[in-house]
Amino acid sequence: MGGTLLVETAGPATTVQDLGRPGAAALGVGPSGALDRGALRLANRLVGNPEGRAALEVVLGPFAAVPDVDLWIAVTGAWGAITVDGRPVDGHRAVRVAAGSRLELGAATHGLRYVLAVRGGFDGPQLLGSRSTDTLAGLGPAPVVGGDRLVVLPTPRRRVPPLDIAPWTRPEAGERLIRVSPGPRRNWFDAGSLQRLVEQSWSVTADADRIGMRLDGTPLERLDPGRELPSEGMVAGAVQVPPSGLPTILAADHPVTGGYPVIAVVRAADRDLLAQLRPGQRLRFSTG
Amino acid sequence: MNADIPTGPVLRAMGEEAVLLELASLEDVLLVHRALAASRPAGLVDLVPAARTVLAVTDARGPALAAVGAWLLATAERALAPGAGRSTGPVDEAGRRSDTLIHVRYDGQDLAETAALLGRDADGLIAWHTGRLWTVAFSGFAPGFAYLVPEREDETIGRPLEVPRLSVPRTTVPAGSVALAGTFSGVYPRASPGGWRIIGTTDAVLWDDAADPPALLVPGDRVRFVQVPA
Repeated sequence: MGGTLLVETAGPATTVQDLGRPGAAALGVGPSGALDRGALRLANRLVGNPEGRAALEVVLGPFAAVPDVDLWIAVTGAWGAITVDGRPVDGHRAVRVAAGSRLELGAATHGLRYVLAVRGGFDGPQLLGSRSTDTLAGLGPAPVVGGDRLVVLPTPRRRVPPLDIAPWTRPEAGERLIRVSPGPRRNWFDAGSLQRLVEQSWSVTADADRIGMRLDGTPLERLDPGRELPSEGMVAGAVQVPPSGLPTILAADHPVTGGYPVIAVVRAADRDLLAQLRPGQRLRFSTG
Repeated sequence: MNADIPTGPVLRAMGEEAVLLELASLEDVLLVHRALAASRPAGLVDLVPAARTVLAVTDARGPALAAVGAWLLATAERALAPGAGRSTGPVDEAGRRSDTLIHVRYDGQDLAETAALLGRDADGLIAWHTGRLWTVAFSGFAPGFAYLVPEREDETIGRPLEVPRLSVPRTTVPAGSVALAGTFSGVYPRASPGGWRIIGTTDAVLWDDAADPPALLVPGDRVRFVQVPA
């Protein structure tokens, strides 16, 4: 018996996420899944789960929940005050929360998205092999709100690893370097715009969620502003340039096709960094 | 003459894990996607047809991007070669799923106006819609939403019917709405905003979480619309 976790305070955009449902674009379904995949994998490993078990992606916080059984948990991703019944506990390590104790995640001070894994992982119906909430497609469970009682799967056979603490660094607050590869429509832009993409420091706007992140800065210019692009397949990390010239970086819940030219694509290894960028934070693209 | 319109298959990198195959027309996409689906390499994550392109997605455990690109190009060139059989011959029929029938009540609020836009009456539009075989070109917009193209052009006017979208999209289109836009027909899997012209209604379930696959229609499937009393 896995028990349940009663969510008292969910924060503004908490969802259940695992590694998503890649490969379903033919059905009109995007990949979804945790935005900070490294944080999800680590949190699961810390509590002895397979890496892809469903966990909570808690945006910003604060968040509070009470288990009805003794429960191992691990918090990764964003950095902030984590307490059990008011006593501080560490992130990035397995922590035992006694039945009836109150686990709280304070508003994140560094980064944006906590991943809260529980030993066993969260239960729920699977769709195309995933329990993730796709906020664009409206698939998977509804976003988590206060009062929800989340069911935890039975404890896995493997032990909680006897690991003292996992090496980690807290998400940095300053300008982040995001590596990109060439996009399919970079020939829609002149040399000056390609230069402006990588030379300037872009600002992350408040218009950033699981579907995409809008940037602010000096707009890029298309060679032929009136030209229309027939919709084409998209990937997470695609840097689309709408007519405004201000790029949007697609995230896991992106539409399967899009009609704005993609000038560059964020390298897979750097997508996790995007998940932790806060509104107002700056980023610089690098083709290196 | 627009030099940017490709005359043959062109590969374009979409980052380090995907490559876009650009083709000259939607007709070519249908042909090439069919050949790609039939020879899909193990481990490929996704194959995403669209209006002029097919996107192939791999990952660290899948085939190398260069190998994926070579496969896309070779398959496209073979499928588009003169004499490759652009029309659907008996070979193409083998292994295909049988045609899906979608029963439609032609009671859509835009039926009369859309028919008039196309220079015919409602019965003429219904006859056109039910009178041809439709193919799923690609999916998108919402889970289970299939962009259907007529397999044969409308001989009476010599070119595909082109249906303008509504100038102001509706905030809610009911699930099961059968609609036209551009050269496409589609069925709304669930209530959503939309700008397509609604010509009818169906009880067919386009998306069912519990079904495998959950989508009724996938790219390459063929569909016939059948009129039932409104």
